[in-house]
Amino acid sequence: MRQMGRDAGPAGDLRLADLTKRFGVFTAVDDLSLTVPQGSFFALLGASGCGKTTTLRMIAGLEEPTGGRVLLGDRDITRLRPYKRPVNTVFQSYALFPHLDIAENVAFGLRRRGIRAVRDEVTRMLSLVQLDGYGPRRPAQLSGGQQQRVALARALINHPQVLLLDEPLGALDLKLRRQMQIELKRIQTEVGITFLHVTHDQEEAMWMADTVAVMNAGRVEQLGAPADIYEYPATPFVANFLGQSNLVEAEATGLDGDDLLVTAHGSRFAVPVGRARSRHGRVWLGVRPEKLQLVADPGRVPDGRNAFRAVLTDICYAGVSTEFLLRTGWGQELSVFTANADPDPRLVPGAEVTAHWHPRHSFVLPRGGEHDVPAEETAEPVPDRLGAGT
Amino acid sequence: MTALAHLGGAPTPTAPPGDRDATRGSYRLLPYLLLLPGAAWLFLFFTVPLLQLAAASLYDPAGSLSTGYALTWAFGNYPDALQAYWPQFGRSFLYAGVALVLALLMGYPLAYAIAQKAGRWKNLLLVCVVAPMFTSFLVRTLAWKTILSDNGWLVGLLRDVHLLGPDGRLLATPVAVVLGLTYNFLPFLVLPLYASLERLDARLLEAASDLYASPTQAFRRVTLPLSMPGLVAGTLLFFIPASGDYINAELLGTPNEYMIGNVIDSAFLVRLDYPQGAALSFLLMAAILAVVFVYLRRAGTEEVL
Ligand SMILES: Nc1ncnc2c1ncn2[C@@H]1O[C@H](COP(=O)(O)OP(=O)(O)OP(=O)(O)O)[C@@H](O)[C@H]1O
Ligand SMILES: [Mg+2]
Repeated sequence: MRQMGRDAGPAGDLRLADLTKRFGVFTAVDDLSLTVPQGSFFALLGASGCGKTTTLRMIAGLEEPTGGRVLLGDRDITRLRPYKRPVNTVFQSYALFPHLDIAENVAFGLRRRGIRAVRDEVTRMLSLVQLDGYGPRRPAQLSGGQQQRVALARALINHPQVLLLDEPLGALDLKLRRQMQIELKRIQTEVGITFLHVTHDQEEAMWMADTVAVMNAGRVEQLGAPADIYEYPATPFVANFLGQSNLVEAEATGLDGDDLLVTAHGSRFAVPVGRARSRHGRVWLGVRPEKLQLVADPGRVPDGRNAFRAVLTDICYAGVSTEFLLRTGWGQELSVFTANADPDPRLVPGAEVTAHWHPRHSFVLPRGGEHDVPAEETAEPVPDRLGAGT
Repeated sequence: MTALAHLGGAPTPTAPPGDRDATRGSYRLLPYLLLLPGAAWLFLFFTVPLLQLAAASLYDPAGSLSTGYALTWAFGNYPDALQAYWPQFGRSFLYAGVALVLALLMGYPLAYAIAQKAGRWKNLLLVCVVAPMFTSFLVRTLAWKTILSDNGWLVGLLRDVHLLGPDGRLLATPVAVVLGLTYNFLPFLVLPLYASLERLDARLLEAASDLYASPTQAFRRVTLPLSMPGLVAGTLLFFIPASGDYINAELLGTPNEYMIGNVIDSAFLVRLDYPQGAALSFLLMAAILAVVFVYLRRAGTEEVL
């Protein structure tokens, strides 16, 4: 969305080209290629152990790649020593210097570059991370969240070309986390530094970043603007890692105008061709839980919508919304999110309901072997009380 | 109620949560009980002899072992001893100091390598550091006598490469004494240094290099300050026994290399001049305490080195 940073100079893009890291036989980062435009807020999202930290370490120069290159603009920095890179890191483990007070921790980078007058800048940074007056303390005298903010200040003060943030807000409570997210985004817009933000909080990634890359097992599964990825995920993993998805095993059976028709467990559903990543054979039919609507009376489903019948098994109240768990006729558990306004009193556990959605809210993904069964799917056998609807 | 519960033998199952004072009385005494054996030992075998030594240092210097000594509060023993033996005093601190510098130059990299780089060889290397201790101090120093002897390989080699003149020697020189001191006390420096370097978190060095510190700067600003406790302890454990040592000077040197330890040794065992030996012992103690005090004051403010 915000493209200003790009104009500052195309020379500043951070590019990873076929970056690979193996530890012995284990491949932590697998042939990773991506471009982080200068001045962008880029989020690297992925499950624990998928190689995010390793990727950052290679960019910072703390880990030598087994293969591939790291480029900053036109400059190949793959073999450059870490202290010569215009890159700073907010470490996942903070790595604050225990023998220095907070002010000296924050001033460390400036001092190493021979800058003497650091006082004002340190004070400014500390107040930016809401730690005014903590300068004379030692890291051991701070809480985890405070230490995390010191780590942030210590990296930010250097105004690097690229700031690497390894889960910089992980230890903060929700409120402070929110504040720091806003603050980080503000700082990023203000100073125009490229932020590469690693997180496994998908909401944080979507909320903060211009571009999100979803990583899985050392590879990028999908890359794009948060809304694009969310609305049209590329793989079952992405569909369930970024938010939740209901994924149903289906077969593509042919085209009907601009719609692809798929059959799942005996029912037919329509999906616009533009939202199908595969048009033949075995596919996943997907729809986000908040796109589904529930009605107790099958007759009230509007025309032209996909629908199926199910039994309501559980209702989880979560404040802003309610999650309804449905058991379909073929024994799959699916979920529906509904905003909490005027709940239908007939929607109680055990009730037979019909879930319906607009075809343009569905998406179709190719379904390969057994290995890419999405994590969310629970396939416990249940008594087949309902035939599939529609 | 609490004390009664303890003494009365009434079967109190587990003490209720509020009943913490029940045991507080005995907890208060516990530290002192634990101190008792050590304190008694120190009192009998350190404090009492020390006081005896202090008294001996003030005996009438005219007395002798055969005629008996009189405690005449002869404070003059101190300046007399100092006047007679100040060169040996100076030599003690000079040799120990030079040996300390050599030991630091070897010991710091060694401790660092074992702690941070040795991987699975760590324990083996530690054993190697301690292994010489399995033989006696005397035997080790005698071995050095052989190594440094005039017809040994080392002297031969040094003569061949003209670092030593054709009849230059190592044995019976200050060099030999300093080398002996360095060797014999090196483990006392390495072990505490190792202990503090072992605890050094490698991620801090990564953070330093991420923050523009070259390897030299990272060492100076992170490794060195964080190893300070081990460095201070090791330096003291090296310097104190080295400056009081007499075996190295005796076996590897000549009377020209004698240190204050040799003088005290001969005062007590050869010349049988107890007042002088005692006075010298106290002077040595005072000097070491002074050095240590100054050192710790500076180390506390991280200005050492
Ligand atoms: N030095 C190493 N030696 C061997 N394996 C390693 C090493 N460092 C990381 N790994 C492995 O590489 C994989 C990726 O690790 P990495 O730290 O990059 O994960 P991550 O995505 O940052 O996870 P998290 O979200 O939990 O921080 C993990 O499976 C990890 O066990
Ligand atoms: Mg990580």
